[in-house]
Amino acid sequence: MKPKETEKNWPQYVVVVGCGRLGSHLASKLSQAGSNVVVIDCDESAFAHLAPEFSGFCISGDAVQVEVLQKAKVSKADCLLAVTPDDNLNLMVAQVAHEVFAVPKVMARVSDTKRESVYRKFGIATVSPTRLAVDFFLGAFRKTEGNG
Amino acid sequence: MRVIMVGCGEIVYFLARQFAGKGFRVTIVTREAHEAGVLSRKLKATVLHGDGSDPVVLDQAGARRAEVVLALTPRDQDNLAVCQIAHHMFRVPRTVALVNDPENEEIFRKLGVTVPFSATQIIAGILEERAGFEEISDLFPVAEGKVTISEVSLRPDSPVVARLVQDLEFPEGALIGGIIRSGEVIIPKGNTQLAETDRLIIISQPGCYDQVLRLLTGED
Repeated sequence: MKPKETEKNWPQYVVVVGCGRLGSHLASKLSQAGSNVVVIDCDESAFAHLAPEFSGFCISGDAVQVEVLQKAKVSKADCLLAVTPDDNLNLMVAQVAHEVFAVPKVMARVSDTKRESVYRKFGIATVSPTRLAVDFFLGAFRKTEGNG
Repeated sequence: MRVIMVGCGEIVYFLARQFAGKGFRVTIVTREAHEAGVLSRKLKATVLHGDGSDPVVLDQAGARRAEVVLALTPRDQDNLAVCQIAHHMFRVPRTVALVNDPENEEIFRKLGVTVPFSATQIIAGILEERAGFEEISDLFPVAEGKVTISEVSLRPDSPVVARLVQDLEFPEGALIGGIIRSGEVIIPKGNTQLAETDRLIIISQPGCYDQVLRLLTGED
């Protein structure tokens, strides 16, 4: 199935690691947008968070184990998003996906902003929900100031 | 030598005790508050309670001056993060990580850990008799670490092979307590000649142990 999204870079095959609030929402959105999605979580009950429209695959297992990533066919993925609440797990899985499985686009959720700056320096793409929220709140103030 | 150990459990306690006995300056970082208290009472080491993969905690543990960081937690992702942050942020020259999933051993090496080791691989290696011939075995401290007893095997290229015991420049604080040769124990005298594959029982004070090893192996 071709992705419905018209963007040229929209990923066809995505692996999402972590199926909590963020992971399940992300996986459901990607699936609805036409990507083939595999979600990995060590807790099988987490898959209940997925939207009813989710049409991808679920794998229960610990993503720091290479065999779990192999089962998810990570080597064929266009993109891997590591979004568990565990910074170290996300950073490790992102690096393994990039260095071992040669996944072209890899991103890790990192909540600790100190840790994020270390990993950014050596080329791991990170997303910090904490920093995004802070920027958003402060941005709202700046707009208010500008308008007033 | 300054060593930082991150982890918990018996392995951390026994390693720290051994390192302290050899005169190393040991700092332990453990996530377990109760264990931190127990370790600090039992050991001649600095003990911090915290997350060893947190850059602030590593900094407090003295990572800027440490020569070695050992990551010994039961979680591979934490061990990798400890080693990478120690190396990239604090320029720690040597990092050693316990690898729980043996398949991660090669990956850790690729991702910059100096010495990844897998207990599974080591035990499997022993069972399959593939384990490398280690020169030093059974190092154990006696008298609260004031003396250590260890067994050192002489390789064929050791500089002391074919030399007499009386001619060795052994430091004051160390001696050869026995020689194991073809299954027999020889109590060495001055005129005993050392041979390759001899296993020497070395009794040494921690301070001169490195000097003894250099003498017996010819390595720095």
